[in-house]
Amino acid sequence: MATQQTRLLGKLAVAPSVVVLFLWMIVPLALTIWFSLLRYNLLDPGNESFVGFLNYEYFLTDPAFFAALGNSLKLVFAVLAISIIGGTLLALLLDQAIVGRNIVRLMVIAPFFVMPTVSALVWKNMFMHPVSGLFAWLMKSVGLEPVDWFAQYPLTAVIIMVAWQWLPFATLILLTAIQSLDEEQKEAAEMDGAPPLAYFFYIVLPHLARPITVVILIETIFLLNVFAEIYVTGTGGPAGNLPYLVYFQGLLNFDVGGASAGGIVAVVLANIVAFFLIRMIGRNLEG
Amino acid sequence: MARAVSLRRRTVATIAAWAIGFLIFFPILWTIITSFKTELEAFSTPPKFLFFEWTTENYGIVQERSNYLRFVSNSLILSIGSTLVALLFAIPAAWAMAFAPGKRTKDLLMWMLSTKMMPPVGALIPVYLIFRDMGLLDSRGGLIAVLFLLNLPIIVWMLYTYFKEIPGEILEAARMDGASLWKELVYVLAPMAVPGIASTLLLNIILAWNEAFWTLNLTTSAAAPLTAFIASYSSPEGLFWAKLSAASTMAIAPILVLGWFAQKQLVRGLTFGAVK
Repeated sequence: MATQQTRLLGKLAVAPSVVVLFLWMIVPLALTIWFSLLRYNLLDPGNESFVGFLNYEYFLTDPAFFAALGNSLKLVFAVLAISIIGGTLLALLLDQAIVGRNIVRLMVIAPFFVMPTVSALVWKNMFMHPVSGLFAWLMKSVGLEPVDWFAQYPLTAVIIMVAWQWLPFATLILLTAIQSLDEEQKEAAEMDGAPPLAYFFYIVLPHLARPITVVILIETIFLLNVFAEIYVTGTGGPAGNLPYLVYFQGLLNFDVGGASAGGIVAVVLANIVAFFLIRMIGRNLEG
Repeated sequence: MARAVSLRRRTVATIAAWAIGFLIFFPILWTIITSFKTELEAFSTPPKFLFFEWTTENYGIVQERSNYLRFVSNSLILSIGSTLVALLFAIPAAWAMAFAPGKRTKDLLMWMLSTKMMPPVGALIPVYLIFRDMGLLDSRGGLIAVLFLLNLPIIVWMLYTYFKEIPGEILEAARMDGASLWKELVYVLAPMAVPGIASTLLLNIILAWNEAFWTLNLTTSAAAPLTAFIASYSSPEGLFWAKLSAASTMAIAPILVLGWFAQKQLVRGLTFGAVK
């Protein structure tokens, strides 16, 4: 049992972390909320005035907002679909008795450790360049017209790059989960001659339900915040998402008020997701 | 372990896995190969895969042109510095939460996790303005502070899940034998906690090394790490693929190696202990 002394010490030990995190959360958020209610332009300093919800009105009725929101959602859903479906299949494959499994595993996981700016520029230039890129060469060699990815399908291009980084993450988590599946259970299913589909739907999938949920929620948090890939490839115009739009309004258009309103909208959106994630992990903590 | 698997099934699975693994890894491999080409060969169609004049000149040029080593040292200072500061805060916190949990410990952990859910764009504008007014833009100190706060929740969580696995009975036994709190910490707890702390350190250096929202927005040159350095290649002049590849290879190689070692910790750290 914790003594009086350790309990006090415990509080003192936790306090610094709590205080700094609290400040980190509350100060910028409070300022963002306050700025979002002001007419505040960096090019016109000293002339801030209170305008109520005008910034929200502008931001939420701006066509750029709907475009950005649409791009945000499309990006999240597309990458989720690719990484969950692909990740599950890949995890199942890697769970087989494969020669050199550890090496394959290393190759599959590698993209997750590539910094976003590198992945963005490598894909944009060496793969998706309309003339000299590897994709253009591949398409030409089978007699197709090469695609100018960033001119014709900018969002798809961003989705490909981001999915390449998150598919490994999903695979790694799901593989870890599958491997924790009871070996005897797997063996029993095989002995009984369970057809592969039945094995998948009745044994593997129920076991994966929780890890898949975790992957969905965590990836959603990160995917809502994708920024570097769009910023570095210069696709902010056609394929910009909410983070990019806020950056654009604030640091390129100097409209602090409008950008702050956008930031708050992004916070609300993320909180809806976070609500479910926190509840899930909380439930897990009890079990 | 010894599951009877038919040879055919094993062969098919092996070939499929290697093919897919190779495809996924290919962009990295291609970057590494391209870094050893001349610019002309890097651009040539049809592309040259293995048969070209291998050269290491790009690595020299990258360093000469833009003082690559400065960016590396910034990346090192930012990622290691922010992680160490975070450990300083997190170790006592996680220790207390694991061994002397109060009624609100669980809520506190949940709350810490929730700060991680806050999208950075919600804080970008005020943080940028505060940094501007305090002269912290493009300073290592400022970025270390941001990266520290960004990763502190994950660090507390990871340490907490590791510390919780240390059996409490051992501590009690030590206490029964009359060990003081200090002795208990140094001789009993520390040796068992070191592996968990090392894993946490590793994962968070990786995360901080690759962080590319705050590092891009809050630096221009003096404190810019590799993420920002690579981003400077987005406005190219002339032929630059081989140099981009050389710079990229150097930027990702060390972290790739660390990452391979940290696979298990990654799962635990990024799922907050929900998948082990």
